[in-house]
Amino acid sequence: MEQAPPDPERQLQPAPLEPLGSPDAGLGAAVGKEAEGAGEESSGVDTVFVVVVVLFTFVQMTHNNFWLKKIEISVSEAEKRTGRNAMNMQETYTAYLIETRSVEHTDGQSVLTDSLWRRYSEFELLRSYLLVYYPHIVVPPLPEKRAEFVWHKLSADNMDPDFVERRRIGLENFLLRIASHPILCRDKIFYLFLTQEGNWKETVNETGFQLKADSRLKALNATFRVKNPDKRFTDLKHYSDELQSVISHLLRVRARVADRLYGVYKVHGNYGRVFSEWSAIEKEMGDGLQSAGHHMDVYASSIDDILEDEEHYADQLKEYLFYAEALRAVCRKHELMQYDLEMAAQDLASKKQQCEELVTGTVRTFSLKGMTTKLFGQETPEQREARIKVLEEQINEGEQQLKSKNLEGREFVKNAWADIERFKEQKNRDLKEALISYAVMQISMCKKGIQVWTNAKECFSKM
Amino acid sequence: MEGERRASQAPSSGLPAGGANGESPGGGAPFPGSSGSSALLQAEVLDLDEDEDDLEVFSKDASLMDMNSFSPMMPTSPLSMINQIKFEDEPDLKDLFITVDEPESHVTTIETFITYRIITKTSRGEFDSSEFEVRRRYQDFLWLKGKLEEAHPTLIIPPLPEKFIVKGMVERFNDDFIETRRKALHKFLNRIADHPTLTFNEDFKIFLTAQAWQGPGLLSRMGQTVRAVASSMRGVKNRPEEFMEMNNFIELFSQKINLIDKISQRIYKEEREYFDEMKEYGPIHILWSASEEDLVDTLKDVASCIDRCCKATEKRMSGLSEALLPVVHEYVLYSEMLMGVMKRRDQIQAELDSKVEVLTYKKADTDLLPEEIGKLEDKVECANNALKADWERWKQNMQNDIKLAFTDMAEENIHYYEQCLATWESFLTSQTNLHLEEASEDKP
Repeated sequence: MEQAPPDPERQLQPAPLEPLGSPDAGLGAAVGKEAEGAGEESSGVDTVFVVVVVLFTFVQMTHNNFWLKKIEISVSEAEKRTGRNAMNMQETYTAYLIETRSVEHTDGQSVLTDSLWRRYSEFELLRSYLLVYYPHIVVPPLPEKRAEFVWHKLSADNMDPDFVERRRIGLENFLLRIASHPILCRDKIFYLFLTQEGNWKETVNETGFQLKADSRLKALNATFRVKNPDKRFTDLKHYSDELQSVISHLLRVRARVADRLYGVYKVHGNYGRVFSEWSAIEKEMGDGLQSAGHHMDVYASSIDDILEDEEHYADQLKEYLFYAEALRAVCRKHELMQYDLEMAAQDLASKKQQCEELVTGTVRTFSLKGMTTKLFGQETPEQREARIKVLEEQINEGEQQLKSKNLEGREFVKNAWADIERFKEQKNRDLKEALISYAVMQISMCKKGIQVWTNAKECFSKM
Repeated sequence: MEGERRASQAPSSGLPAGGANGESPGGGAPFPGSSGSSALLQAEVLDLDEDEDDLEVFSKDASLMDMNSFSPMMPTSPLSMINQIKFEDEPDLKDLFITVDEPESHVTTIETFITYRIITKTSRGEFDSSEFEVRRRYQDFLWLKGKLEEAHPTLIIPPLPEKFIVKGMVERFNDDFIETRRKALHKFLNRIADHPTLTFNEDFKIFLTAQAWQGPGLLSRMGQTVRAVASSMRGVKNRPEEFMEMNNFIELFSQKINLIDKISQRIYKEEREYFDEMKEYGPIHILWSASEEDLVDTLKDVASCIDRCCKATEKRMSGLSEALLPVVHEYVLYSEMLMGVMKRRDQIQAELDSKVEVLTYKKADTDLLPEEIGKLEDKVECANNALKADWERWKQNMQNDIKLAFTDMAEENIHYYEQCLATWESFLTSQTNLHLEEASEDKP
């Protein structure tokens, strides 16, 4: 494969498929085109703290050439900053460094192509934009804004370094999820998020996506009033409710268990101190006591690492807790579209009825015209003709609209369901992996415990 | 006759080979029915009647001496100490077996109390029968303890469980409390039985065997209190060096063992709370499996692993409460005992010191003093030696008990982690096996 000299701007430019700001861009892109081999090695959360690297592939189409480029994204640092907010007040916030690297195909070396700082609110903006423009996609969730399900010793403070660190990993995971999504990865705003530091916010806002967003009231209304939603979406909604509830419960209990486990381990540390003091007055027992005490200290301090690892497991579960909301968002969109369709059909039917009545002269349905006619006298045949003509036009238009709405609706269902299937596979893989990693953590904890207590036992038996 | 012989033997006993004579504070006393080494030690050296009357003889001078045949001249040589310890460790030399069980509640118009059944099996001649069964209540144990302390003021009497636990006790007679107490009372009696001197105490025998037991009268209960008040901190001035050391040790030991008691209790509490939370943790995974078709097996397996670990935790907890907590707590009570023993020793010495002072400064009529002082000096020497020997014995026991208790605790923990490890490892292999199966299925 021919390799052009590295040109960052061109390489990262996605195929010109999605003109900026078109709400149906997503749908259009979804039809038929899957990014070739948008394979990722891992989209899960790693326990490596500093830099996590994921490789994935863009399909490049420039002129008639296909260029396969590999790109790495990482959120490598977090920094406290102070600045002025919208109300011109001093505030402290954390900024995250996002680095993008392009990997040369031949020698595997990576070149830093872009590097910029973003804060959490910008991530939120990106996600809000994606939600509007890709309503049929289960959009990856952001890590939690505030620490929840904290167990006692863990800090709930947003500025706490451990929390910041876990959030850094969560944000990186968010970007990697988008980058590995066959459709979302090609979005220009996403590309600019990674590459255009200044002015990005303005660019996003210029798309006017906020205006295109469905109002919550409308959505709520639709949810209550829709008559015939696709059963699969209704089931999906129930599933996502159950998922949310069970994971919340699990996280709460896990936090309590962690708290208790911490207590058990830490109290043993007191043995260390007392044994050491006691050993001072004992002749034969002294050495045994002293060294046993040391092992008790080791035991007590081992819990910190153990629980930190478990926190990452909790984060993996939390991601799917938040995914439940993303699922519900897709269901809501379907309900909205379906309701819209039902309303349009209803409206068309009533207009047809009206027309028929006018033509046949029978009045079955109430209409304002009918009332005024009764009050103010019959209308002339010309007037009636005119009205029929208007109605017929409206009916025509309505039928066209209904047709396209129907088509839209079916397209939506088809594409959404495709993404949901993709999501299901991902979820099953990830959760299974998470549960296995939990078992691995338990095994490691047990092995440490056996070692410490075996050492302690030896010391005790030598007393 | 025998008494004279014994009395005459005492000054000339000197140091027979190996110090077999000074084998133990109770070394002079016969061990009827015993076999093996102790018989050897006794028979050659002391021409003994296998009769408890020897003890009775000694009681003539009970005011001066401990109720044992311990002569002031008898040394406590290392060899004698070793022999003494060996005696206790050899179960086949035990000729007195006691069990405490069957707590029963008794209700009278005045009060409600619990009695415990005490079964004694013995092959000793001085007992009328080989098996006895009696019922005693806590107060009776207090009486016995008081009597032992009275007779052997500087021996380390085993501790009794507390009268009542102040904190956390809602009802005096809840099952856990009774069971804990029963075990402690069992230990108490057995420790006395194992003590070379105390085991032959007459009141001990009465306690184990008397059927028509009126129970301790009010007076005897009062007597205890009176004595307790009397033993105040007097005359620490002339405390010999070794007893200073002993006192220091006791003070520090008491501090440390109390702390260890608190720590151990706290660990138990934390483990219990951990267990309570874990019980809820497993079932959530089962709940979750109801809505996940593809993860049903994995989730159910995780749930069962958690449940098994939960059971292992329960076992660990019960191991802790059986092996470690009672032992540590007994030594907390022992440390209080020891302080009492030190006080009594000091008091005996103080008596002597004050009389010496009177003599020295001719404060009062000094005619009878020299003889009195002579007796007191004997008494002090007796008391000191008794304590020294018993101290060594106690320390050895303490070391063994503590070592055993903590080794058991470590063992429980190892076992716990091994069980959990096995559980999770088998889960992991089942998952990877599954994965391999699926992978091979996918292959064309």
